Amino acid sequence: MSVQEVLPLGGLTAEQSGHFRADHLLVAEMVKPGSKVLDVGCGEGDLLQLLETRGIDGRGIELSREGVNRCVAKGLAVVQGDADTDLVNYPDDAFDYVILSQTLQATRQPKVVLENLLRIGRRAIVSFPNFGFWRMRLQLLIGGHMPRTDNLPATWYDTANIHFCTIKDFVELCDAIGVKMERAEALDLYGRPLRLRLPWWVWNMFGEQGVFLLSRGGRK
Amino acid sequence: MVGVKSVPSPAISADDRSHEVDHPSSQVAQFGAEQPLRLDCGVDLSPFQIAYQTYGELNADRSNAVLICHALTGDQHVANVHPVTGKNGWWETLVGPGRPLDPSRYFIICANVIGGCMGSTGPASINPATGKVWGLDFPVITIPDMVRAQAMLIDRLGIDTLFAVVGGSMGGMQVLQWTAAYPKRVYSALAIACSTRHSAQNIAFHELGRQAVMADPDWHNGGYADHGIHPHRGLAVARMAAHITYLSDAALHRKFGRRMQDRELPTFSFDADFQVESYLRYQGSSFVERFDANSYLYLTRAMDYFDIAGDHGGVLAKAFAGIETRFCVVSFTSDWLFPTSESRALVHALNASSARVSFAEIETDRGHDAFLLDVPEFFDISRAFLQSAGKARGLTTKDG
Repeated sequence: MSVQEVLPLGGLTAEQSGHFRADHLLVAEMVKPGSKVLDVGCGEGDLLQLLETRGIDGRGIELSREGVNRCVAKGLAVVQGDADTDLVNYPDDAFDYVILSQTLQATRQPKVVLENLLRIGRRAIVSFPNFGFWRMRLQLLIGGHMPRTDNLPATWYDTANIHFCTIKDFVELCDAIGVKMERAEALDLYGRPLRLRLPWWVWNMFGEQGVFLLSRGGRK
Repeated sequence: MVGVKSVPSPAISADDRSHEVDHPSSQVAQFGAEQPLRLDCGVDLSPFQIAYQTYGELNADRSNAVLICHALTGDQHVANVHPVTGKNGWWETLVGPGRPLDPSRYFIICANVIGGCMGSTGPASINPATGKVWGLDFPVITIPDMVRAQAMLIDRLGIDTLFAVVGGSMGGMQVLQWTAAYPKRVYSALAIACSTRHSAQNIAFHELGRQAVMADPDWHNGGYADHGIHPHRGLAVARMAAHITYLSDAALHRKFGRRMQDRELPTFSFDADFQVESYLRYQGSSFVERFDANSYLYLTRAMDYFDIAGDHGGVLAKAFAGIETRFCVVSFTSDWLFPTSESRALVHALNASSARVSFAEIETDRGHDAFLLDVPEFFDISRAFLQSAGKARGLTTKDG
């Protein structure tokens, strides 16, 4: 399976602007209203709040106590926990969707985490920074140092991110563990989807992050 | 010869305490023969009474009632001066004007548990059948029994649904039992430093305490009331052992280290040379002033028997299936009596039951006791949880 085969576009409506992050709007659009969602690594709960405005029953897991505190203050149901160690305790089919937004690269075992997402949820939505992005390539190629961006400002020795991958790598992982990609988007530097139907290597080069709607099955 | 100073005898007379047992200075709800309390052991307890305190006022639609459940040796005097010890309420850090549980906003209820010794019927009460103190003739009670009695009190107060049930340690066990037994009657639940079952280690510590009480020659097989004495030495030892489990090594070290008490050099005796020793002796002796030894046996036993999963075929999630209560679970990093792992197990079960649950582990070196102390992060999260639940419940207040 190539990225190209699974990359139709989703558009954002005009009213969905301004208040929420563009990548969050895209994720929210992928979730059917009325479903039950677990947001793994939910931060301060912005995405969960957006989902609640769409009538979605959202729950969260967050590593930092400050994040949990902010979420609880917003009335969100958020549990302090670690994606690497806590997901195994969740029962099968507990949620309609499990979301992993900008967290995959910080997990110790991305493959195991991905498998858990699709065990707990019937579908998973995963977004991550694309290490194949041209700026990343350029920093390594020309600058000769580990890339840093506005979204990923930490230096290599003090970053929480330990498993970077490219869009291409991620697609290969999905293939390897038999995960079906229902929808894929590449987002530009501002979190907006690249609108054109492009060959996958262009996405891998010009997408700053990838957002994937995944489901079980599709094993060869 | 080695000198040993004895534990100072109680400063408060036994009369003060025994008066509070049957005639408490707080409010009392009496339940007569027509309303027996069905106990898990198969006995119908009747008549019986529940002593309780309230703070604040019930609003017009009766939607702002909060039940506070006290811990093992607590009582109903949560935010007022204690009638026996003269000390401030045990949870004034959480309850009071400007605190997370503000009486201007909520109608706060706290009852002495059944089996206690501050006005609710327990082993220190007079058995109406004999006219003598119950002692060991009192039936063994459980956490579900305590909660069943509280539910009867809440009925008596004309409250259908509690806005919140709040408690730590044994109080947290009651909170969980409330939600498992009466899910529709609990809108939100704040369970702190607790567990759905008492661990083997905790049962072991309780057994140590009970054996200390029973080894006191003044205990007289539980019949000490007939002899006009109280096994205060055994109970003090039980309290000392328990108190160690409420703290952490780091907290003890910070507070006392190996510092000596009123001296430079060791006395080469079994006097309380170390500050930590005199602290524990003080804790033990002040406890016996206000607590009944048999009550201690019964309440520790109730905690030991507690196992929500066991009551539901071993599957914890079944206890909370389809529950709509909003949960907030809080644990403390240095709590080794109810470690975070136990709270996590609860949270996972609640998640598996589709319950709406929040959970935070508070970083502190103050051990299990942290829930009674001034820990700002704990208050922040409690306040945030109660306020957001209040908003969802439509509780209108002056400050929103």
